[in-house]
Amino acid sequence: MLAAVRCIVYRDLLLAMRRRSDVATALLFFVIVASLFPLGIGAEPEQLRAVAPGVIWVAALLSSLLSLRRLFESDHADGTLEQMLLGSAPLGVIAAAKAAAHWLVAGLPLVAIAPLIALQYGLPSDLYGVLALSLALGTPVLSLIGGIGAALTLGLRGGGVLLALLVLPLYVPVLILGAGAVGMAAAGLAPGAQLLLLGAALVVAAAFAPWAIAAALRISSE
Amino acid sequence: MLEAVGLACVRQSRKLFADLDLRVGPGESLRVAGANGSGKTSLLRILCGLLSPSAGEVRWHGAPIAGLREEYTKQLLYLGHAPAVKDDLTPQENLHIASCLSGMKRGSEEIRSALARFGVPDQPVRRLSQGQKRRAALSRLCLSAAVPLWLLDEPFTALDSEGTSLLKLLVEEHARRGAMVVFTTHQDPGIAASRVLELG
Repeated sequence: MLAAVRCIVYRDLLLAMRRRSDVATALLFFVIVASLFPLGIGAEPEQLRAVAPGVIWVAALLSSLLSLRRLFESDHADGTLEQMLLGSAPLGVIAAAKAAAHWLVAGLPLVAIAPLIALQYGLPSDLYGVLALSLALGTPVLSLIGGIGAALTLGLRGGGVLLALLVLPLYVPVLILGAGAVGMAAAGLAPGAQLLLLGAALVVAAAFAPWAIAAALRISSE
Repeated sequence: MLEAVGLACVRQSRKLFADLDLRVGPGESLRVAGANGSGKTSLLRILCGLLSPSAGEVRWHGAPIAGLREEYTKQLLYLGHAPAVKDDLTPQENLHIASCLSGMKRGSEEIRSALARFGVPDQPVRRLSQGQKRRAALSRLCLSAAVPLWLLDEPFTALDSEGTSLLKLLVEEHARRGAMVVFTTHQDPGIAASRVLELG
């Protein structure tokens, strides 16, 4: 079973390496969206500092959504998904490995680059840690919840829009907790409660989302 | 022993087949024939458990496959219409991953010789022709001698005459080993001792 997990993660990372432009697109999208806000709302430092946590989190959310379509689509088109459904490892385990690989490719780079965006917004440097930690806890939840939506809308016409409509409302708690944690730290309060809740959301999503993804994949591939 | 009792399949409110019974015992190969749209692919997908039948059930050694799940899928090899190879990977990487997913890890030497037997060049799949892609997918058969049930959907598509005779040989060899093979084709490839099920 562990061999199958290793194999899926290795395969998806290898595919991402061979298609670097796809990975770069989502990351550039994150940077550009986050950079557009100061142009739209003016360069007032106080104002920028106030909106920074929310803007960075919304940009991360949209960027994660952008790459979700690819999670199962190519596997579905070339028949690899059928082989996963018929594999020796339980489908839930395969789904968890796919979500993990998606996070490594689409979530982890956001965590790494977020402090750079925070710098652009003039956030004090002691907030970088909280921001990165909140993203590190929150973006895997986005990959896991998004995986359910990606599996449900697999093979549908106009699935991209439907996926956004389906998944974005479910992202709301993660957004509130993530941006809230940075906001609390910025106000000089302890962000522990929000971060712990994000951690709890991650544990719950990691335990249940893979099985929901598996069930959705079985339905979509019929 | 693979057995199907009273199978019916309805797709998009169109009845493809109903009351279909079939039995494939050890050492037998079954060719599913029929016109386009007669439900050959659907039948194969039902037999491997990817699709639930509208009525009836499929049994593996007497037990319904719906309750067996991985116990059953471990014992079968399904090659579908789509070749299940990734364009961005080499045939060797593809085969390595496919064998790993099916739970039978193979060494690179075995994989290389399987690909060599089908004459697949070692370059990214996107540069291969349709026929070579099909050959890359079929190389899995060379690694799956121990799998008791092969379900092959249109395996002869896009193959040249040399590829066709190699595939015929592999299917016949597998049946002689006492395993079971179910495959779909339009034309009779002339496989020895093969039974035919005509759909539609």
